[in-house]
Amino acid sequence: MRIQARFAAIRGIQPHEYLARFVFGGLCCVAAGLIAQHFGPAVGGLFLAFPAIFPAGASLVEAHERKHKARAGFDGRNRGRAVASVDAAGASIGCIGLAGFALVCRLCLLRLNTGTVFVLATAAWLLLAVLFWLLRKSRLLRKRRTGPVPSAVKPAGPGAARF
Amino acid sequence: MPSNLGELVFRFLLGGVIVTAFAVLAEIFRPKSFAGLFGAAPSIALATLGITIAHRGKAYAALEARSMVLGALAFFCYATAASWLLMRYRPHALTVTVALLPLWLGASFGFLWLAAR
Repeated sequence: MRIQARFAAIRGIQPHEYLARFVFGGLCCVAAGLIAQHFGPAVGGLFLAFPAIFPAGASLVEAHERKHKARAGFDGRNRGRAVASVDAAGASIGCIGLAGFALVCRLCLLRLNTGTVFVLATAAWLLLAVLFWLLRKSRLLRKRRTGPVPSAVKPAGPGAARF
Repeated sequence: MPSNLGELVFRFLLGGVIVTAFAVLAEIFRPKSFAGLFGAAPSIALATLGITIAHRGKAYAALEARSMVLGALAFFCYATAASWLLMRYRPHALTVTVALLPLWLGASFGFLWLAAR
């Protein structure tokens, strides 16, 4: 499966959706700072991995897909929720990268300068996330059919192979 | 207090910008499972750790990063549960993701407790 970047999708984001993400993201960062201030770095650190963007993101993914299907004349509720589920599965793989980001910060902050650590940690997040995503998509972790091919789907003749 | 208020405002603006930037990246990429990776982007950490280092030093930030590993593991449990529930029962996405937040909280503190033992 190919990874594609569709910059036209930016035009589909409504201003209130930008605003909701900006406000929610900002509030989460303020809350993380205040929690660390009151309860110390051990508890505060947990909130650096708070799923800040995730609920709003999953909800918007569902809404976009539902509207997309509605424009085509279908009830897209089920489809929207299935796509939100796929999005959440992607986020769970991204969490492995997030743990890698934190680990690089933990190991390198006292040894290297801050800018270098952030670059290394972000690279570790991206690398691990993409690597595990590719691994998940590859045949390595997919279930293989070991049983006989049902007769109903067997190629019927010489021209059937192209289907 | 004014410097503290200034720090909070700066955190809010920086956090908002970084979270929005990752959200836009999530909209751009296809397939959706790949775009989902950006749902677990280190947006809060990128916005917060720099300010924490400037005000409290690197040792304090390194302690926060250690706990962040545990928070990320809890996020993994939370996102996996959300994905499974959405696929299995098809409820409203916002309902599931908000209702499961206590799972993230419980798992985070559970992992922290285990790590402290």
